[in-house]
Amino acid sequence: MGRITLDKVQKKFGEAEVIPPLDLTIEDGEFVVFVGPSGCGKSTLLRLIAGLEDVTNGEIRIDGNPATNLPPAKRGLAMVFQSYALYPHMSVRKNIAFPMKMAGMDQAEQDRRITKAAEALNLTDYLDRRPGQLSGGQRQRVAIGRAIVREPAAFLFDEPLSNLDAALRVGMRMEISELHAKLQTTMVYVTHDQVEAMTMADKIVVLRAGHIEQVGSPLELYHSPRNTFVASFIGSPKMNLLTGDIARSHDATTIGIRPEHLDVVERDGTFVGRVGVSEHLGSDTFFHVHIPQMEEPMTVRAGGEVGLRHGDTIHLHPQADKIHRFDAQGLRVA
Amino acid sequence: MATEHSRSSARLMIAPAVFVLLVWMLVPLIMTLYFSFADYRPLRATFETWIGFDNYASFLTSSSFLSSIGTTLWMVGSILMITIVGGVLLALLLDRPMFGQGIVRILVIAPFFVMPTVSALVWKNMFFNVDNGLFSYLFKFFGAQPFDFLSQLPLFSIVVIVAWQWLPFATLILLTAVQSLSSEQLEAAEMDGAPALSRFWYIILPHLSRAITVVILIQTIFLLSIFAEIFVTTNGAFGTRTLTYLVYQRVLESQNIGLGSAGGIIAVILANIVAIFLMRIVGKNLDN
Ligand SMILES: Nc1ncnc2c1ncn2[C@@H]1O[C@H](COP(=O)(O)OP(=O)(O)OP(=O)(O)O)[C@@H](O)[C@H]1O
Ligand SMILES: [Mg+2]
Repeated sequence: MGRITLDKVQKKFGEAEVIPPLDLTIEDGEFVVFVGPSGCGKSTLLRLIAGLEDVTNGEIRIDGNPATNLPPAKRGLAMVFQSYALYPHMSVRKNIAFPMKMAGMDQAEQDRRITKAAEALNLTDYLDRRPGQLSGGQRQRVAIGRAIVREPAAFLFDEPLSNLDAALRVGMRMEISELHAKLQTTMVYVTHDQVEAMTMADKIVVLRAGHIEQVGSPLELYHSPRNTFVASFIGSPKMNLLTGDIARSHDATTIGIRPEHLDVVERDGTFVGRVGVSEHLGSDTFFHVHIPQMEEPMTVRAGGEVGLRHGDTIHLHPQADKIHRFDAQGLRVA
Repeated sequence: MATEHSRSSARLMIAPAVFVLLVWMLVPLIMTLYFSFADYRPLRATFETWIGFDNYASFLTSSSFLSSIGTTLWMVGSILMITIVGGVLLALLLDRPMFGQGIVRILVIAPFFVMPTVSALVWKNMFFNVDNGLFSYLFKFFGAQPFDFLSQLPLFSIVVIVAWQWLPFATLILLTAVQSLSSEQLEAAEMDGAPALSRFWYIILPHLSRAITVVILIQTIFLLSIFAEIFVTTNGAFGTRTLTYLVYQRVLESQNIGLGSAGGIIAVILANIVAIFLMRIVGKNLDN
């Protein structure tokens, strides 16, 4: 069980309001990702749920029970920190055992759970090492192991993968997703990496300056972003946002076209421009196209091998049904 | 200091300093060694250059030697206890955000800047004095008999004075150690269900262990040679005669320079044994 409800939760540090009153429900078993730019209050929100910060106003309920004033230990949540926060003077085994020891669990049960967690996380060979003798990925797994053994109502992750290299990050992403599939426990995951958000989440919460901009499944956010902020935040490379005559011709103030929804055509394109920087990824090529009447270059996705070079003229044609329209307030127009 | 060239020039440049230090240390040591094998009593005009190990034998077998070792251990041990326990508590306290933190920190550190002789005199005359001491006033205020600390509890009094002087040092070192503890570790422990006392015991104390060993090492080296505080307060009477003070008495009060020198050498040997022992512990603690 792990249904978390935030009811008009507000957080101020002194005068500064970091989280304006905010409502959010996290269903039992859901994988929820908080995503947003740096400093938008993701960690603060997570720490409010964990109980490491006091809420200024509002109420937090876990499984329907008020938890606003419960100390962190009583909420039945486990947290994995960005810096792992392992106890450096304890062996891996003792690290994992610590929460159970604090709960006064009997030794046999402790050993059983440690063995199980170590097997699940490939840590069996490292149980007697100190955290200082482990690689970043192994430390991360120890931190997760320490969280698992408590069998918490929900897991809280604060940017757990940001200290890992790219390859390891992909691997750990899969492992956490698999863990979620296996345990079916609620997970709340903070990241500023929208790829992590898109690949792992059941539900994404996009935050900006403490406000929830949109809540929805990854594909909902991708297909129908509620405003220009979400539109440009979700998707990689980011959506091209165009204003001016071209937008007015679509009855909108701004229109958005994702790079993957622009076709390169031989002639008579809607947009004609010159190829600028191109990024060759093998499978895809992204061109930055400079179009005379626009200030910002447009990003275009093309196939792996397109015979276009810097300075060549390019014709582009947007896929008509994939154009997003936004009004003067930046809100989506249906 | 990477290349062969820079290494050899570095050696060349520190050579004068090393030379001065060696002379500084070796000359007194060799003179003490020389006197320790001599029967040298200036007041009786005795000077015999070689009497073998007689001085050592009589120093080691005298009853005051064993009792002075006991006194030294007692004194150093209790001062270490007080400064470490007090230092940890003060460091934890000073780490909390509070009003006037800067001033409080300076006040806590202040005793360390007072010279040992001065602080001993201040304690003796302002606090412990039976007639005019602050403690006597305090006792009288509560209707009790004034208590003569220095003659009733002499060892305890000196321990208090020296501990007062060294508490700031311990606090300072431990405070920097407390501040270097990552707050996420404490938060993780809090989430893991550890109450405040367990967090102290399982997280903070192990984190401080390295700093504590350093404090013990440095303080022991300095505390073995406490002198001024004893000299000013009890003059070594009432069971406050430490090894250092015994050596001083042999040399200056009994004017037996040979015997005192032998005592000095014995003290050096004992101090080195303690130092090696402590270095081992520190080394082991710094390794992991
Ligand atoms: N203890 C604090 N006191 C005052 N302000 C704080 C405190 N903690 C955070 N803030 C402020 O709250 C805002 C949100 O911080 P938070 O750490 O939640 O951001 P974040 O979204 O996690 O960013 P990042 O992605 O960089 O980790 C920031 O502007 C920060 O300066
Ligand atoms: Mg953060």
